Amino acid sequence: MMPFLKMTAAGALALMAVTCGGLEQALAQAPAQPKTIDAIKARGTLNCGVGTGTPGFSNPDDKGVWTGFDVDYCRAVAAVLFNDPSKVTYKPTSAKDRFPALQSGEVDLLSRTTTWTLSRDVGFVFAGVMYYDGQGFIVKKSLGLKSVKELKGATICVQTGTTTELNLADYFRTNNLDYKSVVFEKPDESVSAYESGRCDAYTTDQSGLFSQRLKMKTPDDNVILPEIISKEPLGPLVRQGDFQWFTLTKWVYYALINAEELGITQKNVDEMLNSANPEIKRVLGKDGDFGKSLGVDNDWIVRIVKAVGNYGEIYERTLGEGSALKIPRGHNRLWSKGGLQYAPPIR
Amino acid sequence: MRLSSTREQHGSLAAAAPNAFYRPEVRQALYQVVLVICLGWLFWSIYRNASTNLASQNVSAGFAFLGRTAGFDISQTLIAYPASATFGDAILVGLVNTLVVSLIGIVLATLFGFLMGIARLSSNWLVAKIAAVYVEISRNVPLLLQLFVWYFAVLASLPAARNAVALPGNGYLSIRGLYLPKPVFESDFGFVLAALATGIAGTVAFARYANMRQLQTGHRLPVLWVGLGLIGVLPALAFLIAGRPMTFDDPKLQGFNFAGGMALQPEMVAMVLGLVFYTGGYIAEIVRAGIAGVGRGQKEAARALGLPTGTMMRLVVIPQAMRIIIPPLTSQFLNLTKNSSLGIAIAYPDLTHVLANTTLNQTNQPLEAIAILMGIYLTLSLATSLFMNWFNTRMALVER
Repeated sequence: MMPFLKMTAAGALALMAVTCGGLEQALAQAPAQPKTIDAIKARGTLNCGVGTGTPGFSNPDDKGVWTGFDVDYCRAVAAVLFNDPSKVTYKPTSAKDRFPALQSGEVDLLSRTTTWTLSRDVGFVFAGVMYYDGQGFIVKKSLGLKSVKELKGATICVQTGTTTELNLADYFRTNNLDYKSVVFEKPDESVSAYESGRCDAYTTDQSGLFSQRLKMKTPDDNVILPEIISKEPLGPLVRQGDFQWFTLTKWVYYALINAEELGITQKNVDEMLNSANPEIKRVLGKDGDFGKSLGVDNDWIVRIVKAVGNYGEIYERTLGEGSALKIPRGHNRLWSKGGLQYAPPIR
Repeated sequence: MRLSSTREQHGSLAAAAPNAFYRPEVRQALYQVVLVICLGWLFWSIYRNASTNLASQNVSAGFAFLGRTAGFDISQTLIAYPASATFGDAILVGLVNTLVVSLIGIVLATLFGFLMGIARLSSNWLVAKIAAVYVEISRNVPLLLQLFVWYFAVLASLPAARNAVALPGNGYLSIRGLYLPKPVFESDFGFVLAALATGIAGTVAFARYANMRQLQTGHRLPVLWVGLGLIGVLPALAFLIAGRPMTFDDPKLQGFNFAGGMALQPEMVAMVLGLVFYTGGYIAEIVRAGIAGVGRGQKEAARALGLPTGTMMRLVVIPQAMRIIIPPLTSQFLNLTKNSSLGIAIAYPDLTHVLANTTLNQTNQPLEAIAILMGIYLTLSLATSLFMNWFNTRMALVER
């Protein structure tokens, strides 16, 4: 009896010591900010937070391969870090758990149609506006509506945990329109409720409406109203506290824009390497140490363009005419072509 | 006392010290102290860790956000929720929605469960098999899936608002919900309520008298009919005498939707159906176990006395079964309340929906929001447990 008691006692004490010690270690490490780039390289894969299935932005295809506008950004970052755009682990996140996922370090960056707002700039930092969006409404064609203002008294399906819910309330109050909302957690359920007739309209970012319309049983029976009731600048974001990582994510986006401006495409990038144009030489790493100063190799933009193409190519392939969505480029044209997409020069 | 006697045994203080560790009471105390220190340190570390990280991310901690304007709409508000309402008000609206769906769910699930539990023991083959099939389906299909079926399959097949099914008495049933005329009470309606109260009091008094008489003489008085007369006829008379002090506000189709009247929303109906159907299966099994747990001799004795089956169940079997049924029933009530947090899946604005989704996202205060949420569910569960424990003590068999 005694030896058994003794052993149990010793075991219990040892367990306590280990628990205490282990926790001390685990907790002590948490506040420190490790270098994200080193951590990703050591892990061998980029953890990228994407959406749970938004055609055009992030959606697994019939073979389970993630594709889309947001996914291509992840691929571009992986191309820079590993020279291999496939070294990405995609983590689908819902609107609700995307921020905790980034905050806790489960993902290295979020690239999932997230609106840049002031409150989200606290704790996080946005790499840029990859896509200028705005909140719109979709209704049944048979209602014959021409404007959002005609939705007085309507029931509207909307998702929780987004800026959408507040924009909707603000807009209808400002215009003295009463409405009823039916609030779901996931877009699929909202759309299903809208299609069954529970709601007269469904509201989300206009890009989302285009992609959700594709999933509907009869896409052509639904019409997207022309009004946009909010500014929704969407872009990738990272945690605060690691400037090296933030700067890299920011410049991957700028590199995509610069490449389009200079006409560097997936097809002609190899020819362009021989170009005499000093700007192109700098962008493609033939001149200067711009990649090194970011902590990556100098041919980083060559890798990006080879992997995913320039900004315009990504847009056309995933959202524009080359895709099923066919969203007009609108505000997302280059600044030189009347749009808002603009990037600082690489020099 | 014990310490001093030990010292005496060993003769000196020095000799007692090395052995102290081997004494069970000393050792027990030591473990407790070490454990408490470890736990205290753990919680302090968690707190320190969280506050350091929050401070480094410039996230403000605290509950000040409860007083800020919420600005979002909630689809079912049973208490006032104006445009200027705060996050605190929104949370209250959510809490009321949770309470309403849980209470209705508990009452209906208990009734339905009892019915099915008794049906499963029926000597009628078809009734017993239907109950058995129900129990197996309801317990073996995940609740979330059942909610989806009720909401997206059953209720979504209702007609659109414009083609609403007109019900007798100016009610309408459509995918937007069940719209019924809303009673509007005038000031004289108090008379009707007073008459109703008198009727109920009279019925209770009569039932007591009837019970006493039965004990004394063996004669039974028609309590049911007298009660129905008192509770039904008295208020009806008062209503007519007071000049019909109640009108109805009928729902009318206006633009996109029905206006006026009162509405039962499909989200709430689907929640109640889902919770009742799911929990009812478990309750049915608990009831069956309770009834089966009553000794066969009790039933045989009741039969020997010539009691009909209904009376035997009511007076002999069920009271004894209750003491087996109540404790596990409490768990089912707790489960039902907590399961109502699945409401978000079908857009029912319960507490979790309003607090852990919308409020959390708009304020970016996850720790505080989840702490409030946990506190509220804990309070609800403890209150249910306390009530059920009290009820259990009352229903327990008085042993002689």
